[in-house]
Amino acid sequence: MTPVRLVDQARPEIGFSVDGQAVTARQGDTLLAAILAAGLGRVRNSEFGDGPRAGFCWMGACQDCWLVIEGLGARRACSTLVEAGMKVIRR
Amino acid sequence: MSVVVVGAGPAGVRAVERLVEAGIRPVWIEESPDGGGRVFQKPPPGFSRDAKALYGADAARAQAIHDTVARLRAQVDWRPGTLVWNLRPGPRLLNTQGPDGTTQEVPYERVILCTGAMDRALPIPGWTKPGVTGLGAAQIALKAQGLAIGRRVALCGTGPLLLLLAWQLTKAGAPPALVLESAGWGQTLRAAPGLAWNPVGALRGLAWRAALRRKGVRIHAGALPLRVEGADSAQALLWRDAKGAEHRTEVDGVAIGYGLKPETQLADLAGVPFAFDTLQRLWLPERDRAGRTAVPGVYLAGDGASIGGSVVAELAGTRAALAVIEDAGQPVDPLETDMIHRRLWLEARFRAALERAFPYPAAHAAAMPDETLLCRCEAITAGDLRATDAPEVNRGKAFTRIGMGRCQGRVCGPAGAEVLAAARGCAVQDVGRLRGQMPVKPVVMA
Repeated sequence: MTPVRLVDQARPEIGFSVDGQAVTARQGDTLLAAILAAGLGRVRNSEFGDGPRAGFCWMGACQDCWLVIEGLGARRACSTLVEAGMKVIRR
Repeated sequence: MSVVVVGAGPAGVRAVERLVEAGIRPVWIEESPDGGGRVFQKPPPGFSRDAKALYGADAARAQAIHDTVARLRAQVDWRPGTLVWNLRPGPRLLNTQGPDGTTQEVPYERVILCTGAMDRALPIPGWTKPGVTGLGAAQIALKAQGLAIGRRVALCGTGPLLLLLAWQLTKAGAPPALVLESAGWGQTLRAAPGLAWNPVGALRGLAWRAALRRKGVRIHAGALPLRVEGADSAQALLWRDAKGAEHRTEVDGVAIGYGLKPETQLADLAGVPFAFDTLQRLWLPERDRAGRTAVPGVYLAGDGASIGGSVVAELAGTRAALAVIEDAGQPVDPLETDMIHRRLWLEARFRAALERAFPYPAAHAAAMPDETLLCRCEAITAGDLRATDAPEVNRGKAFTRIGMGRCQGRVCGPAGAEVLAAARGCAVQDVGRLRGQMPVKPVVMA
């Protein structure tokens, strides 16, 4: 389920972290794209115990990809661009 | 006159353009960071593909929309990255939240809602697993991020978007492993005469099919997805072909979308009356052909009012702006409005044929297995909904919380109504529609 970087992927690398783990993204990646393309497999766990989730609509409508960014609070992974040094906490 | 336009897709862009021409300086609110809408979504800064590579045959229209946004931004009160989370028709106020988290009240005398659309989902067991996305979502992944959602991807859906995305992925070097078109050939052929209302559009569909065939991508007509298998992510798709035989295909990505559904939440909060559209099989806000509603000062345009596609959205956006101008007592050119009405009428004929050719697979939704997580937000199953004695969807929501979650039933709504109607033995319109509540999307609390 890891997305494949197909085209337009020669963008500069930037670093951020997910649950304390260093992750490399590319400038212009959304958090959703960067987290999944890095092979991390999910953006959150369902609060109802039915397993991992990784969003669905990629357009800010389904509300299935919320995560927490240190200092910024809750954000939708699909609608938030990665910034260098961001500290993401998955639930 | 204070005019607000919500949305900067094709409808919103053309509405604002015409308002500015009439000397009006509207407040223009867009949830995403830039204009273009989902159909002409731009990749973030740093991506390098040109319009031709991104939008194919629609490149010129996409470029024109982007250029118009760039030109208009300085002439209006442009507020990108801003969510409209409530609309109060009495005091004529919108509540917004800006990119920095600041909330504001925005007054309007007239507001044009160009809120766009999203994928119409078909929940199946396993569809909440990572690796499963909407069909439009998979297109956004490609268009705005340059990604395929997996190495071996199954596309499940119906109509133009299914073929278009299959072709776009193939062109990008990642042909889909499996394409399931829910409509059978018979259905498509019966609607074929109507598709001639838009020969260019119809021929484009045939060209995609031919091109895909040349590349060895087969489209299974009359085929439906049954279940996504896998431990913590999609690993295989179980599906059924037109003859009823079941198959299992190993995939790591599944995109599901059966047409689009309008984002009608703000129209609902405004108190606009809704009517059931039997062709689209959706509840739609009522408006006249100019986009006026029964609610004073509220106008609708584009896919947020009724699915018509981006060409219709551009026309409807212009027309709604002309209605605002007209209602404010300024003259408009009757030749222009007549021309728009004629083009909208023609497009509506084509759209009706498309809806007949590629209908929502309602019976399949109604028959989803009990264990299907119908509601993703609250993890509630189809069986939970069937077990209630709710006569309509809002009671079903009160009993089970289906539609009460963060997405407010955007995702599960149409399929949930099919499940409940089948359980009650009535027509889908007889179980009603989920009423909208503010905030229409989650508001971030500081």
